[in-house]
Parts: sequence; C-alpha cells; structure tokens
Amino acid sequence: MSEPEARAARWTEERREPATRATREARGTQRAVGERAAQCGLVVVRAGPLATVQDLGRAGLAHLGVPGSGAADVPALRLANRLAGNPEGAAGLELTFGGAALRPERGVWAVVTGAPAPVAVDGRQQGMNAPFRVPAGATLEVGAPVRGVRTYVAVRGGLTPDAVLGSRSADLLSGLGPRPLAAGDVVPLGPADGLDPIAVDLAPVPPLPETPELRVRPGPRDDWFDGDALATLTGGNYTVTDASNRVGVRLDGPVLARARDGELPSEGMVTGALQVPPDGLPILFLADHPTTGGYPVLAVVAAADVPLAAQLRPGQNVRFRALR
Amino acid sequence: MRIRRAGDAALLVETADPHRLDAAVRAASLPGVVDVVPGERTVLITTTGDPDRLAERVAALTPPPRTAADAPPVEIPVIYDGADLAEVADLTGRTAAEVAAQHAAAEYTVAYLGFSPGFGYLTGLPDDLRVPRRPTPRTSVPAGAVAIAGPYTAVYPSSSPGGWRLLGRTDTRLWDVDRDPPSLLSPGTRVRFVREDA
Repeated sequence: MSEPEARAARWTEERREPATRATREARGTQRAVGERAAQCGLVVVRAGPLATVQDLGRAGLAHLGVPGSGAADVPALRLANRLAGNPEGAAGLELTFGGAALRPERGVWAVVTGAPAPVAVDGRQQGMNAPFRVPAGATLEVGAPVRGVRTYVAVRGGLTPDAVLGSRSADLLSGLGPRPLAAGDVVPLGPADGLDPIAVDLAPVPPLPETPELRVRPGPRDDWFDGDALATLTGGNYTVTDASNRVGVRLDGPVLARARDGELPSEGMVTGALQVPPDGLPILFLADHPTTGGYPVLAVVAAADVPLAAQLRPGQNVRFRALR
Repeated sequence: MRIRRAGDAALLVETADPHRLDAAVRAASLPGVVDVVPGERTVLITTTGDPDRLAERVAALTPPPRTAADAPPVEIPVIYDGADLAEVADLTGRTAAEVAAQHAAAEYTVAYLGFSPGFGYLTGLPDDLRVPRRPTPRTSVPAGAVAIAGPYTAVYPSSSPGGWRLLGRTDTRLWDVDRDPPSLLSPGTRVRFVREDA
C-alpha cells in the first residue's frame, strides 16, 4: 500500500470521538473548543453525524503539505455570512446530514444555507437563506436535509475558536484546526458590534439539481488514459459511494481505462480534480484533498461546479460534460 | 518546460528543475497566484486570475540566481534504533550499523512535500538502501520517526498511519503550527542526518 493509499484508508471515516462525549455528559461539564473559555458561546446540544467549524481555509500553504480545507460548499458559507452581516470569510458551522441542536448563550442572529433542511427555534419553524433571531438560551435545530449533504449555519459575529495557520477550519485529512464538534462543546462567538447591518430578508437560491451535470476541463493527465476515457466519463452515469467525505467524492460507474502503466511522479492536486486510482474509478477532490498525489487526473471539474459536487449524496447520480 | 492546464484555475508546469521554477514564480510575485506547489517534475500554480495570462507570464520568467538548494543543509540528529532497521539490513544484505552509517553519510534534498503537513519527500538516498514499503502499513507511526521507502527518505512530522520502513528517530520538530514557517522543510531544502547515540 502506498502512502496515498494509507491516507485513503483514513478518509473512509471522518474522525469522531464518541467516547469523550459520553464522559462529558456524565460529568455535566462543557469543553470550550480551542481550549479557551468563552465569555459567550454557542453550545452544541447535539452535533449530528458530523459538525465542523469552517471558514475559507488555508490557501497558500499547499507547498508545505497543508490542504486548502475550508467550507466544502464555499458559496453557501459566503451567502450565510453576507445575510448575517458578517465578513464573507467568517467561520460558521458545516453540518453533514444536519441533525444538530445549538444553543447560543447570548441572543444572536443566525442564517442557515446550503443543503435545504428543516430549521426551528424552540420548535418554531424558520426559513433557509434568511436571517432569524435566536434568543439567549433558545435551541436552534437543523434537521436532516431533504437534498444535498452540507448545511451551513452562520451566526452574526462569527464563530471564533482559535485559528491555526490563519484559519479556523477543521481539516479532517491533516487534523489541523478545531476537532469535529461533539455534544457539550461550547464554540466561542465573536462580537456582533461594528458589523454591517442585516439588510436582506431572504436570498433567492436555485434548488439543488436531482442529477447534477458537472462541467469538466480535460487534463492535466488525459494523455495517461485510453483515447475514449473522456467519452466514457462524459457519456456515463456515475453514482456517489458512501466512502465520500470532505476529502473527496468517491464515484462508482464506468471504469476509466489507462493507456499507460506505472506510477505518475507525484504532482500538485487541485480541488475538483478527478483523480483516477488503478481501479479506474474516479475520486473528485473536495476541500480537504491531499496537496500532492501520484494518480493521474483525467479532468478537473469547473470551479463554479465544485459547490454542486460538495452537495452530492451517497447513492445520488452525477454526470459530467466536457468544456470546450 | 511544458505548461498544462489543471482545470480553470491552475497550471501544471512540467520542468526539469521544479525548485528553480518555484523560486522564480515566488520571486516574481505574479498577480492572482494563490499556491505554488512543486512536485517531482512539475510545479502546480493556482490562481484567482486568468490562467492563460498567467501561462504567458510563467513562460517569460527568468530563474533567480539563488534558491533554497543553495542554502546550507539543515542538520537533523537521528538515533538509529528504528523498528525496521534489522529488516532493512536483511533486505539490503548489510548490518544495521552499516545501514545507519550509509543513511547518515548521504546528503538529501527535499523534492516536495505532501502526505501530511511538513512531510518532505527527500531524494538522495543511496541506491543500495532502496527497499519497498511495508506490505501492511502501521496504523500509527510516531512524530519524529525517520523512515525510508523506494527512492525516498522522510521524517514523520506528526503521528500518522504510515507504510515506510523505520530506521530511527529524531527530537527535531519538523512541524509546529506556532512557528513561522510551521514546516522545518520546504521544497529544495538540503538535509543531512547526523548520527547520535541512544
């Protein structure tokens, strides 16, 4: 097994710490995320399957082996922040398959964007893509999304756990940044004064497509594949497997045959790359992808379509269309 | 030099000297450049701007006179007592002491980083010390483990799973997020391992 394969084995579970959660609940204690006692924080009552803090990530350090990380669906986080009057790069919560309950220690404005899910404050329903008030001590619940995977929660003032290398993002490949959240965690909240006023009541957001068609640009290593591999990719139907995570979307479908054997000398990888391991089934790289890799990239998903890829659910179908 | 597109926001440049191109791109402070990532024979450049325009500028760059490879080598003290030292000795037909001596005598260069933050792939390993990765990777290799696999040697910067053969260990911190830069190694850094007694 090569190092990339050893990494791949790690991708299959995004790391959680269920044991410590039970311990904390038993003690009735709360843990301040980022090892810093918060004056006012967001209490995680229930984290759901996976809840992480995300901002726009750690660009500029890839040459040191540091993944870009950050929100998988960047426009969704940016929108949530704009609606909350935050700078677009403020840190918010990324919920995978929803299921979270959150209780702010002070009254806050909040916005929920991304994968559409039921939202309620103390049982009273709230809309997506629209700012609403959460009184101090009230419970904000985000249910399971009906479409898509990742739902974002921005709170006016932003989340302020300690930054690592300039970002508060949880990088689940390298372990940088705050750990995935667990019940009992208290995430520090930033000050809400001095921010832009909340100016928009509701943002129009197109619905997520049932079967997304992602545009791809061939290369950089299309010459490592059979002449018809690109046609196979764009002509076939691929299904998202449940081994997908923030590192990448793993796909099942028509095999992409190589024209060359051997290992590609390791090279830098981009978000959206369709990397093809020896089994011929592509992996579409998302935010926490490794910075370098030795499997050839047949094509790269257009940057504008990466957010759609970040919302692909296991079992969902996806198609590809070549640019140019 | 051949410039390939890697999606709509990056170039993958094939070059015989990735470190010199890396230095040239960094020195030029080209507008819109986000990441410059050397690989074994390539440099990936991501940009917020127009990649075609960037390609023209990259093609016109002149390499700077000095790069990281011109700086004196970083010295990393190593205690050669790794769990795989005896096995590597068997595989290479020499004694453990000879393996350690040979590993410490060579001079290395960080080809590129990857796998985990601060993990450098060092070239310069003597051909006689080339061994395959372990058939089954360890689920946890400690930070500071000095290892070899194929044509490379490396120091694990943090505890992680790993399939390389462990020759020894160092107390030198390869990775520290509170340090600037956080990584002791960067592409092109020269490295020497200095043998220490346990």
